[in-house]
Amino acid sequence: MNAISPQSLATQRRLPIVIVGHVDHGKSTLVGRLLNDTGSLPEGKVEAMREMSRRRGMPFEWSFVMDALQAERDQGITIDTTQVRFQTATRPYVIIDAPGHKEFLKNMVTGAASADAALLVIDVTEGALEQSRRHAYLLHLLGVRQVAVVINKMDMCDFAETRYHEVAKGILGYLEEIGVTPSAVVPISARHGNNIVLRCKHMGWYTGPTVAEALDAFKPPKSLTDHPLRFPVQDVYKFDERRIIAGRIESGGLAVGDTLIFSPGGRTAKILTIESWNETGKRTSAVAGQSVGITLDQQIFIERGHIAARAEARPVETHTIRVNLFWLGHEPLVVGRSYILKLGTAEHDVTVQAVERVIDVEDLSGHGGDRVERNGVGEVVLHSRSTLVVDDFADLSRTGRAVLVDGYDVVGGCIIQQPKTDDLPAHHHLIATEHTLTAEERSISNGHLGGILWLTGLSGSGKSTLAMGLERELFRKGVQICALDGDAVRQGLNADLGFSPEDRAENIRRVAQVARLFAESGMIVVTAFISPTRADRAIARDVGGAFFHEIHVAADLETCEGRDAKGLYKKARAGLIPQFTGVSAPYEAPTSPELVLDTAKFSAEACLADLARYAELALIRPVRRGAKVKVA
Amino acid sequence: MDQLSALEDQSIYIFREAFNRLDKLAMLWSIGKDSNVMLWLAKKAFFGHVPFPVLHVDTHYKIPEMIEFRDRMAKEWKLDLIVGENRAALDAGMGPERGRITCCTALKTDGLKTLIGDNGFTAVFAGIRRDEDGTRAKERVFSPRTQNAEWDFRDQPPEFWDQFKTTFPPGTSLRVHPILHWTELDVWRYIKRENIPLVDLYFTKNGRRYRSLGCAPCTAPIESQASTVDEIIAELERSNTSERAGRAQDKVSEDAFEKLRAGGYM
Repeated sequence: MNAISPQSLATQRRLPIVIVGHVDHGKSTLVGRLLNDTGSLPEGKVEAMREMSRRRGMPFEWSFVMDALQAERDQGITIDTTQVRFQTATRPYVIIDAPGHKEFLKNMVTGAASADAALLVIDVTEGALEQSRRHAYLLHLLGVRQVAVVINKMDMCDFAETRYHEVAKGILGYLEEIGVTPSAVVPISARHGNNIVLRCKHMGWYTGPTVAEALDAFKPPKSLTDHPLRFPVQDVYKFDERRIIAGRIESGGLAVGDTLIFSPGGRTAKILTIESWNETGKRTSAVAGQSVGITLDQQIFIERGHIAARAEARPVETHTIRVNLFWLGHEPLVVGRSYILKLGTAEHDVTVQAVERVIDVEDLSGHGGDRVERNGVGEVVLHSRSTLVVDDFADLSRTGRAVLVDGYDVVGGCIIQQPKTDDLPAHHHLIATEHTLTAEERSISNGHLGGILWLTGLSGSGKSTLAMGLERELFRKGVQICALDGDAVRQGLNADLGFSPEDRAENIRRVAQVARLFAESGMIVVTAFISPTRADRAIARDVGGAFFHEIHVAADLETCEGRDAKGLYKKARAGLIPQFTGVSAPYEAPTSPELVLDTAKFSAEACLADLARYAELALIRPVRRGAKVKVA
Repeated sequence: MDQLSALEDQSIYIFREAFNRLDKLAMLWSIGKDSNVMLWLAKKAFFGHVPFPVLHVDTHYKIPEMIEFRDRMAKEWKLDLIVGENRAALDAGMGPERGRITCCTALKTDGLKTLIGDNGFTAVFAGIRRDEDGTRAKERVFSPRTQNAEWDFRDQPPEFWDQFKTTFPPGTSLRVHPILHWTELDVWRYIKRENIPLVDLYFTKNGRRYRSLGCAPCTAPIESQASTVDEIIAELERSNTSERAGRAQDKVSEDAFEKLRAGGYM
């Protein structure tokens, strides 16, 4: 070990390490001891804690150093990930103490995901237990490849070499099966400080590294600069005359003059400048890990979630991905359910298409099923309506991983396996004449995106009123907007259609096609059609694609029938109108609309204001500045 | 990439995530070195701009130089400064003689809650660091607070791969911690590298200087000869005592600081 000066040591990057293992196997004790034995504790800390223990009438434990919270001392278990720093003679470290209690898996993941290397602590008297295996498996899934095993409490087995080999054999076999090769298997006694920094005189038979030496043998992470460029857009700023595309370079590098290609969509532009504040001289290049801002030579439309790359090494664009997933949600992950997928800076609605394998971490066996339970792991297929821009985790980990959100909560994490570009459906091969005027140019000129606000709800729920109100409201603000109303369309474009289920479906398809033409031309279209079935609206969504926003005008039947402005309910009840939605035909409410407006509960004005605010956030603000999501 | 640049890049990333994902943002500015570094990082993240208001809770017990510095820098950096106070408690004669914890809770924590509530902020940046104290070590970067601004450290959201929790039930407010991963020495080295302005109280006067700044009655200067940033860095490299050692409110009882924080203290 070459000692280096404290000055250069302190400016070195701290290697983040995580310590995992089963509850009570001695992780916190090991950390307390490491801090003490490397001389990294503030003066008087140990004395103060010994004194505090004496006052409380309990024996001093080294884990008190980490378990700084009152609650933890009372309960005797670590609750949350704590980050503390220490240094050996060669390198500074930030050490993340991960709790072993099963319920606290989310904290363990929080800690382990940011680590470059891990120590797996196993109690020699118990061997590798369920959580030891689960943690080892998660390390693998989180991409932590450098692992050293620490076999603790050797003093409890009289430092017996045979027992050490027995326990070591068990865990090594398991690790080998999941593809992890530990760099060392160190026998220690954390409580007595044996083989932490100082060698243990009771274990002369052990010639491998101490814990400190094993740590110093871990390698710092490789720079991602040599990999293909991935620059996910975090935001677009217009604080002044500059239009700055901000983000962090996740891999590769970029330089002024480079041509970038943005996914999805494939728009290209050249880097004009790399912007910064309070730096001497202009930046001309930047590399992986740097948070930068660039300006482009063309005003192409770019938003948060797009990824810039080079033409020769682009990420995969797809709608379906197969992932390895760990699940933290209270409710199980279930086939058919939808979640938000946060992929870099992008967010997508995804549906679970299949659970291909649920993995038993105990013996690594797999079985099929339709769900992954809390704290479980599995292989799952996810489908997204919008285009996902991804990489294989094995090649580019930063753009090959994502988290899942259910409601307000982060419920899982996943890594992407060998993504493939979609096979396009047949009609995509019809080559339409390409417009030279792009949607981006239109949106920059209009100050908003094109879009379809598809209002659905019972007759009398207030769809037309809202549509006309929004048209007036946004027109006033200079928005290109047009309302499409059911009655009007049926008198013109669709005069040949009746009210049979087939004709109703065709009615919806045509309206959706017309709405799409308007939206492509840069307009906001607000449609007012009962569109009672999910199947019909699914067609409309399919036609509308990314333009489509489903808005449920959700007044109950009683209210709508009470209003009966056109006297239709009266006629339907009298049997004069067959197949009348709500009376003699069902209305299938949307399961996951983008917005719900309850006109029974709230005034027409309040609902109109909500609708206008939604249009503002979804279609107008993204052009003016990076999209924002409210803390609801 | 060196350590300071890596820290800076991560802080900028956090600022930009918060600014994109959250509405009604503001930044807490204590006038201390950490919040000056935080402010500086915001200007880096937003290319010279500070695109949200800056909040200062005035306890009226602050050291006068701090207020002078605040007003001078706010003008120079064109900050949208909002100053708040707990007027009712001040009028009722609140002060450290009523108990340090009581005073801190009333004038700082409650003053802050009122300031945030009155202005309808849903998220505030705070310049705390993990290495300051055991309780702060447990913090998340995006840290939710309940309706009463309380911190439930037992049940915090998972936070990994730089994917921060940005959706919350109504009534939740958020603390965002852009320099959580920095150390005291990182802060000083960055101040040196960037030449960030500081209030003079950090530098020695008659053999004493402040290592951590708070209210006059509860903040004691330490013995030191350090009169420049370089000398402070050298002093800290030798030191093994904790930064908040001069802060009297932490010492009322063993868990005083933890209780302050669970109740909504920074």
